[in-house]
Amino acid sequence: MSEFTVAKTLDCKGLACPMPIVKLSVEITKMKVGDVVEMLSTDPGSLADVPSWAKSTGNAVLETKQEPGLIRFYVKRQK
Amino acid sequence: MDIEKELTELKAKVDSAPGMENKLSMVIFSGDLDKQLASMIIATGAAAMGMKVVLFYTFWGTAALRDPAKKAGGKNFMGKMFGFMLPKGRNKLKLSQMNMAGAGTAMMKDLMKKKNVASLDQLFEVAAMLGIEIFICEMSMDLMGMKKEEMIDYPGLKVCGVASFLAEAKESAVQLFI
Repeated sequence: MSEFTVAKTLDCKGLACPMPIVKLSVEITKMKVGDVVEMLSTDPGSLADVPSWAKSTGNAVLETKQEPGLIRFYVKRQK
Repeated sequence: MDIEKELTELKAKVDSAPGMENKLSMVIFSGDLDKQLASMIIATGAAAMGMKVVLFYTFWGTAALRDPAKKAGGKNFMGKMFGFMLPKGRNKLKLSQMNMAGAGTAMMKDLMKKKNVASLDQLFEVAAMLGIEIFICEMSMDLMGMKKEEMIDYPGLKVCGVASFLAEAKESAVQLFI
């Protein structure tokens, strides 16, 4: 299933809009192009926001896993 | 008709046209807590999306930029009155609805803390970190007797007029008025 390795985990649990994407945008610039960050969120809004953010910033959401009360995003830095 | 020639001319025209930059210009007119919160959430969100962000504080909005720890002398009577009547800083703003003599605002702040929604203090911190620019309308400050030295410390805080805002807004893909 997962053909990628996670370089870093970013904990955004408990944070509300807009903090998850703010943290993600800051974190992704610290990573190497091609690296994957795992982002943990409890904000249901991020289900729509993370893909929108990725589309607009040119990064890729490789996978989204929904668990009860937790969403895991796997985001790859593309550029 | 030389289509190729026309095409290159057209291309040159498009390239030299004043384009839309990936930028958000926002006028923050309101001094209401809820509207200021919404504007800061949009602004920080936009910066996270990779947009350049310029906030232009005018009229009632400017009171949010006052620093409660600072004092400015040399004000006339009207300036002193405005200074007294207007909220001294972002933490003194009230909700536009359901304020209920302050009880509603206090309840909302409490609720925000419980739900872990970022406060204005936190949002301003994030805004500074993300390089969001803040302009203050000179005329509003002058009208209400506010001075630059009583404003918050914010990187690159600039006092300017409408032309500076319009110059930014003209080339922004998104413009908002709150």
